Amino acid sequence: MKRLDFTVEDHGLQYTGASRIEGPLVFIERVQDVGYDEVVEILDPAGHLRLGRVLEISQTHAVVQVLEGTSGLATRSLRARFLGESFRLPVSQNMLGRIFDGLGRPADGGAAPLSSDLRDVNGLPINPVARRYPREFIQTGISAIDGMNALVRGQKLPIFSGNGLPHDRLAAQIIRQARLVNETAGFVIVFAAMGIKHDVAEFHIRNLRESGALAHAVMFLSLADAPSVERLLTPRVALTMAEHLAFACGQHVLVLMTDMTNYCESLREVGSARGEIPGRKGYPGYLYSDLASLYERAGRIEGAAGSITQTAILTMPADDISHPVPDLTGYITEGQIVLDRELFQRGIYPPIAGLPSLSRLMKDGVGAGYTRADHPALASQLFACYAYVKRVRGLADVIGEEDLSPLDKRYLQFGEALEQRLLRQGEHENRPIALTLDIGWEVLSLLPRDELHRVSDALAQQHYHGAELLA
Amino acid sequence: MMPVGNSLVSGVSGPTVTAIGMAEAQMYEVVEVGELGLIGEVVRLLGDRATIQVYEDTTMLKPGAPVRRTGAPLSVWLGPGLLGGIYDGIQRPLPGLLAHSDAWIRPGEKIDPLDLRKKWNFTPLLRAGDTLSAGQMLGEVAETGLVKHLVMAPPGLTGVIRSVVAQGAYTLEDSLAVVTTAAGPRELRMLQKWPVRVARPIRERLRITEPLLTGQRIIDALFPLGKGGTAVIPGGFGTGKTITQHQLAKWSDAEIILFIGCGERGNEMTEVLRDFPELQDPRSGRPLMERTILIANTSNMPVAAREVSIYTGINLAEYYRDMGKSVAVLADSTSRWAEALRELAARLEEMPAEEGFPASLPTRLAQFYERAGAVTTLGGARGSISIVGAVSPPGGDFAEPVTQHTRRFTRCFWALDTELANARHYPSIHWLHSYSEYVEDVSAWWEQKAPGYRALRNETLALLQREERLQQIIKLVGPDVLPDSQRLIVFIADLLKDGFLTQNAFDEKDMFCSPERQVALLRLILTLYRRGKELIEAGTPLAKLRSLTSVPRLLRAKSTFSDAQMDGLAQLERELAKELDELAHAQAHGPGSQA
Repeated sequence: MKRLDFTVEDHGLQYTGASRIEGPLVFIERVQDVGYDEVVEILDPAGHLRLGRVLEISQTHAVVQVLEGTSGLATRSLRARFLGESFRLPVSQNMLGRIFDGLGRPADGGAAPLSSDLRDVNGLPINPVARRYPREFIQTGISAIDGMNALVRGQKLPIFSGNGLPHDRLAAQIIRQARLVNETAGFVIVFAAMGIKHDVAEFHIRNLRESGALAHAVMFLSLADAPSVERLLTPRVALTMAEHLAFACGQHVLVLMTDMTNYCESLREVGSARGEIPGRKGYPGYLYSDLASLYERAGRIEGAAGSITQTAILTMPADDISHPVPDLTGYITEGQIVLDRELFQRGIYPPIAGLPSLSRLMKDGVGAGYTRADHPALASQLFACYAYVKRVRGLADVIGEEDLSPLDKRYLQFGEALEQRLLRQGEHENRPIALTLDIGWEVLSLLPRDELHRVSDALAQQHYHGAELLA
Repeated sequence: MMPVGNSLVSGVSGPTVTAIGMAEAQMYEVVEVGELGLIGEVVRLLGDRATIQVYEDTTMLKPGAPVRRTGAPLSVWLGPGLLGGIYDGIQRPLPGLLAHSDAWIRPGEKIDPLDLRKKWNFTPLLRAGDTLSAGQMLGEVAETGLVKHLVMAPPGLTGVIRSVVAQGAYTLEDSLAVVTTAAGPRELRMLQKWPVRVARPIRERLRITEPLLTGQRIIDALFPLGKGGTAVIPGGFGTGKTITQHQLAKWSDAEIILFIGCGERGNEMTEVLRDFPELQDPRSGRPLMERTILIANTSNMPVAAREVSIYTGINLAEYYRDMGKSVAVLADSTSRWAEALRELAARLEEMPAEEGFPASLPTRLAQFYERAGAVTTLGGARGSISIVGAVSPPGGDFAEPVTQHTRRFTRCFWALDTELANARHYPSIHWLHSYSEYVEDVSAWWEQKAPGYRALRNETLALLQREERLQQIIKLVGPDVLPDSQRLIVFIADLLKDGFLTQNAFDEKDMFCSPERQVALLRLILTLYRRGKELIEAGTPLAKLRSLTSVPRLLRAKSTFSDAQMDGLAQLERELAKELDELAHAQAHGPGSQA
């Protein structure tokens, strides 16, 4: 482990020996003048410094969470120094194009960034009154997102995935293609990796480099072999960087955090080491508040030029959407893009599940003046019809396709077309929104007009060109 | 009393702080902790040690930091100027915080909830020599264009008015009257303070007789809430709890709306702040913000303040109720509040009950919902508080403790359904899983407003129930084996779903629906059913009914005719009747009648 590059001036008392070491926690007795959440440097027997922070403080002792793991530490020889401040990250625009470790230290061999601007990584809550409601449509060039679950600038929209599903490819495609319709410049990317494998990180670095976005990206990597507690700080470090870029430098930032499930597991690990009363599936009762303190750091601020748009990847254990991690995330984020294993197995990329995916901010970012006047009605109608397709498929499984009514057979065709023509697209195919909407109408035109209750006559006249009635 | 300097922080663990030298402290007393003066509340006393729940971030707070006692419990400020306001959980005005610093909320900032310099035009209604009893009004202030604010004698104060000021502009702290009471003279001001954890007294509770109209068809017509009643909206994420709450906040016919955003998204509060000043109250034409108070303690704001935000909100509601107004409290989401209770209980090392929630959870929920009710106020007026609480069950599972306990203490259950939401059927309130115990209470009111209401409601629910059973069969064998009489039910149920139960919150004409229009729409669809049933029994095929030109128009009627265009609906009803007559005629006389 490297020596810290941004160690503050020597001050604070140094303590020798700990009374107890358990999991990622170290208990240090008889400490003085130590604050809650203060940063601690711990010298291990090999002479390396490890970072930690104070989780609990009383007159007699401090509980320190060692971010780089406690392996090799010994109660008698351990030396700790309290730095007199909470965890702060030096931020500057020069950090663009660089790669850092999970705690914000250079990991690309370069020098530590010079900056006198140190920011508390915990951030501060944005005053809701100061927020500006996000409503600028972001074109990702992916029909399933743009057409049916549109993303807007300042939104937090995670990807709910499962092991083996192509969430990384999808995220990479979003990073490559996302921009406002009338703008050429893309986003500044802040990438936070928590416990992902080396080759996945490598994939994302390559994607950024090949698309030329690396110069506008900052990466914070806490990979699978890094100590798991370190991950608790990685998203905070990344979001602190993003806030600086967005609200001090006026840039539009897209933050990708992956994989949130690993983050939550680290949180559970620390909770159980502290002997906390566990909530569902052993996760701490404050998981919701903790996740909110990350996800809510997205948005726009009145009067600030920049914005933070967030997308987080989380893998649902056993594809279970009711697992605490996706469940609590869904309650905080403004919708979710859900990947579907069945679509994936049928070879459809991107395998974005039609029904459980949702973008809550779509309603204010699409339609006349934003995308196209027909967009809201079209999306709503596609959802309604696709929901019926699911029912027909269930029926067909039981009675066989031949015995379906002619109308229901039409619905099957529609469902197939929606998946094959609208959802399915190439990994490097960047569809303009108008094309996405046109394909949507083309697919919808497979159904008789009578079935389209959510489309007004005026819109139908303009866009619908299907068979009027069934024989 | 012990010198203040002796009270010191002895330990910090997140929002829970322990202090020593607190022998004189009282339970629920407010204290200011550390150099920043973080606001906290004493929640446990043990010898001279106190446990303090701190409402702000405690980063870098150290043992040995000073603790300053205030000697008073946490209190809300009451007086004109609350309406249109947006506060955090401990009643700090968020616009004030923004003006004071910047876009970020920093620990230790203190701003008065109400503007003490602003002058309000006060009109006295009593004179010197009059007796004034608790809760009785002394005078009034036009708080907004929509709401007349009554200045009342606080609970516990009764006496004879010695002097009262003339009509004119006064600040909140100006003395308005001097009252001779048994305990000596007391001054009355516009500004009053009330301990946040104490319910305001009333004279008596009344029976609920009037519905709280929401303009939402499935709620008003099928599962009505009474003025003074309680309702719960449980639903997994993405089922539309918040949109439903927003709709209620916009269109409910309560005089005052209290929206408590408790541990929810920041952008949702921003949306309310953006929309409400521009939206007009459908009854008065005034901006909705003039009758609305927002409490916003978003999910990333300190968790202890989330716990208290519910009480702050309900106290403000009770204050307006005491003026004889109908108040609707919309709490989104009570699950986040329960989680705050859980988190704080865990920090205090209380023994957990179900799923880690404290054993006191049911009691706390009951206490909260019991503060709803139609009442006679101390001043003798009729006021009401209706509470609608959203619940966010983990995994959408209604068997979890918060949903289950809330169900015990509320009488209206609007169950949001994930499958409906997935099909973008909004509001996704499921007609078979929801119920209202207020139907009997408000039926008389409805019958007067729209005769035939009760029969229409019962018939609608019966149809939907039968359709659900038929769907089970259809799932197994397909719709084609059903006889036309049963397929008619499926057809009508689809019409009910698309033409009545779904309601577009973003459509000008559809977002709000008057009770008269609700009944008219329902009657239209059920007319088709009743007549259609007769025709099918006489041998007309269902396909003929389906292809009536009125059918698609009927489906779109909800967004074609506004409340002001009831004659359009009547016209459609006549045309439908005519078409049905023609069908019947053809059936009786036509050449194809035997087909």
